[in-house]
Amino acid sequence: MGRLKLFLPLIIFSLLALLLLRGLEMDPTTLPTALKDKPFPEFSLLELKDGRMLSVADLKGEVALVNVWATWCVSCRVEHPQLLNLARQGVVIYGVNYKDERSSALAWLARLDDPYKLNISDDDGRLGLDLGVYGAPETYLIDALGVIRYKHVGVVDERVWTDILKPQYEALRGQG
Amino acid sequence: MMQFARWGFLIYLLLGTQAHSVIESYPFSDDSLRQRYSELTEIYRCPKCQNQNLAGSDAPIAQDLRREIYRMLNEGQSDAEIGEFLVSRYGEFVLYKPPVNWHTIILWALPAFALFMSVLIVVLFVRKRSVTAPLSEAENQRLQRILDGDKPQ
Repeated sequence: MGRLKLFLPLIIFSLLALLLLRGLEMDPTTLPTALKDKPFPEFSLLELKDGRMLSVADLKGEVALVNVWATWCVSCRVEHPQLLNLARQGVVIYGVNYKDERSSALAWLARLDDPYKLNISDDDGRLGLDLGVYGAPETYLIDALGVIRYKHVGVVDERVWTDILKPQYEALRGQG
Repeated sequence: MMQFARWGFLIYLLLGTQAHSVIESYPFSDDSLRQRYSELTEIYRCPKCQNQNLAGSDAPIAQDLRREIYRMLNEGQSDAEIGEFLVSRYGEFVLYKPPVNWHTIILWALPAFALFMSVLIVVLFVRKRSVTAPLSEAENQRLQRILDGDKPQ
């Protein structure tokens, strides 16, 4: 017993060190998604290019990615080639053009090419608010019924796609 | 004098930035709404900037949420409804005072537990120290001699 007491500080220190080490590895900037397994929020907003009215019904029917982007968002520029890549592979990507100027968004798509099947023009950020967007780019994985299955905050690069999104995307397609 | 002016100017600059980071103000029809607005923006956390509340943050998202809170207050929604609105979108992360559930129980119970343990340890420690062994026969005799005024040997 006396011996054990001698080692008590060491034991406490080790436990504390483990706890703090775990704290170091966690990324405090990623928030858990409040909308996981909830239906995509209702909206009625204009399509960026042709100006027709869109609603949540336009997102249903296929497993898809919904990508929140803007021309002022530097990381979106980084992410863009990967989205083009995915679109070429046949992945359906819907865009939410978040708090952006229509003219600069159109110029961006004309210059860098357009991976989006359609683009929801969310110029005042209301849809973004309902989605719980806190920083572009954010990418949502939705199933064919328009239910949000996963949310990724930050750039979707090759690694994020193959390690995180693709397995879930394919699982959902397999179910449907 | 020059030194004083220089310091004065520096302090003025500091105060200046403080004043400018104060954010937009909304017109309120009555004081109770204004009061609730300032309370609500104090207790909710900005989703983007980790250690600032909505009232203190310059981030666009905090601006949007303040606008929403203002709108909802004017629509006559209750504090609970506004809280629900924020939590359903951004999760319990936005609460500076998280609810008690299995996920947060450590957070809530740890201070009480730590206090209990430390009191326990102190009590045990003090008790152990105050218990002293009774004097032996020889020690008793020696004590008696000292008390009687004899010189200790």
